Amino acid sequence: MFGIESTSIALAYLLCILSTILCVVYGIVTWNKGGLKKLDEEDRLWLEEEKELEKEL
Amino acid sequence: MGTYIIVVIYFAVIGFLGWKGYRGTKTDLDYMVAGRNVHPYVMAMSYGATFISTSAIVGFGGAAGVFGMGLLWLTFLNIFVGIFLAFVVFGGRTRQMGHHLDAHTFPELMGLRYRSRFIQGFSGLVIFLFMPLYTAAVLIGAAQFIATKFAINYEVALFGFATIVAIYVIMGGLKGVMYTDALQGSIMLIGMAILLIITYRLLGGVTEAHTSLAELSDKVPPPLKAGGHQGWTSMPAFGTPFWWMLVSTIIMGVGIGVLAMPQLAVRYMTVRSKRELNRAVLVGGIFVLAMTGVAFVVGSLSNVYFFRTTGKISIAAAQGDVSRIIPEYIKAAMPSWFGLLFLLTLLAAAMSTISSQFHAMGTSIGRDFYEKGLRGGKNTSGSIGVTRIGILAAIILSVFLGYWLQQNYGKQGMSIIARGTAIFFGLCASTFLPMYFGGLFTRRITRAGAIAGMLVGFASSVFWLGFVLKIKGKMPALLAQACFGKDSILDGSQTGFILWDQVDPLFIAFPLAVIVTILVSFLTKPMPKEHIDHCFQDINN
Repeated sequence: MFGIESTSIALAYLLCILSTILCVVYGIVTWNKGGLKKLDEEDRLWLEEEKELEKEL
Repeated sequence: MGTYIIVVIYFAVIGFLGWKGYRGTKTDLDYMVAGRNVHPYVMAMSYGATFISTSAIVGFGGAAGVFGMGLLWLTFLNIFVGIFLAFVVFGGRTRQMGHHLDAHTFPELMGLRYRSRFIQGFSGLVIFLFMPLYTAAVLIGAAQFIATKFAINYEVALFGFATIVAIYVIMGGLKGVMYTDALQGSIMLIGMAILLIITYRLLGGVTEAHTSLAELSDKVPPPLKAGGHQGWTSMPAFGTPFWWMLVSTIIMGVGIGVLAMPQLAVRYMTVRSKRELNRAVLVGGIFVLAMTGVAFVVGSLSNVYFFRTTGKISIAAAQGDVSRIIPEYIKAAMPSWFGLLFLLTLLAAAMSTISSQFHAMGTSIGRDFYEKGLRGGKNTSGSIGVTRIGILAAIILSVFLGYWLQQNYGKQGMSIIARGTAIFFGLCASTFLPMYFGGLFTRRITRAGAIAGMLVGFASSVFWLGFVLKIKGKMPALLAQACFGKDSILDGSQTGFILWDQVDPLFIAFPLAVIVTILVSFLTKPMPKEHIDHCFQDINN
């Protein structure tokens, strides 16, 4: 396969491509899932602290 | 002259985008929901630019020039573990728990999850002390390319590049502005795509190139053959020193360690929602394939090119310096305009990764170790100063390591960039992964269990690195040599196929840390239910 005789190397080459396809398919299927509709209080507090930290840096 | 002008223009554009991004985020809401109007491509590119550095391209690409295409197993782990598992399994939970606990750094997340200032302080200190090894690996990669491209001394390139990075960081690069990272990610993607296409075309196509590489197997030099090398399209012989180095250190150390990388875990917490993580999986997978996959294939195939043109294999053409294989190949085989594009690719890769590393080191020493670990969050007036001095110290230490490692070990055919990176990744996996995984996925791991696992993972890693692991004829276990005058305290000892002095610390320290974390947790009282409920709120567990 691909001119590579060693099975373990050809398998690695193939798995690299297959795992990329898995990522692409997963990304497409879940593209609009898990969105945040509005900021809750917890997120606001987290955000304020994060801004403070950024300022320090 | 033209090269210098383009590099200056590049920095001007990066600076402009940083300034634009900084001005663009006026309110808290803007900052938090920055993803709302940003194209998912921009968001995913910015992740990718942080993941992949010159270490992966020049260091591990050079290692592929020596070890061959077996490194593609690391690419597979980079994509499947580093992108898919990290984002899908770890990312969402890390974000949710981080927000429930108001955690802003990785050590802080662990400290709050287990209600332990010690965990936060100790983790911060480990990151601060050992991450310079990884930063040095990134610096070496960039400096080697600059030195080859401009035909200047390595030392001049290293100090010059480090100065530019320091200025960039001081002028606000630390904020990791999304547009800057996205531009850098795009440059990297285009650069690597062109590199792959030209390489395959030069060598007669995909199958022809691979077949030619396989035919070179009888050109493996005797010392490499003795270590277990069987050619560049085969794995090293099972159980040989080469096999242990490739599989236990380079593939597993980096492949697994990526899950517990502090600067990447922080990224999950700063995204707006799980949706952004889902979207990033798509582009992240393609990006990592295009970066490490291409670097490892091209690194391996450089042997065919050098053999056809000079009669030498890559490591000989690079005068024994693994980290010069990719720069020398690009200089010799690619059109000169590509050298410039690749220079920008590497500058982009180094800048984006180094800025996230300095962010992690600065917060680790200032916020985690000093403010929370030592002062318990009280009287924290000096923490900004500590952070700044810490970042400066980290820069100096990283540059020194970049100089010292190259000076002492660079020309011995040893992949110092890959090893430096692998050591840090492995150390993070052994020290942090058991408590990180346990904290996200189980309610039963206790504070005592987490602390015991963390300390055992760290101590056994450092012990194994200092006293046992050696690279035959190139680098002894430094503490074993200093204390006992031996290359390793387990020099030459073998049990079955296990060559003890070649086994990476990860294989000893990680299982030990897991066992200790579980055992101590079951022997100690579970953490209060209300705390655990708060941590796991809205998380199905």
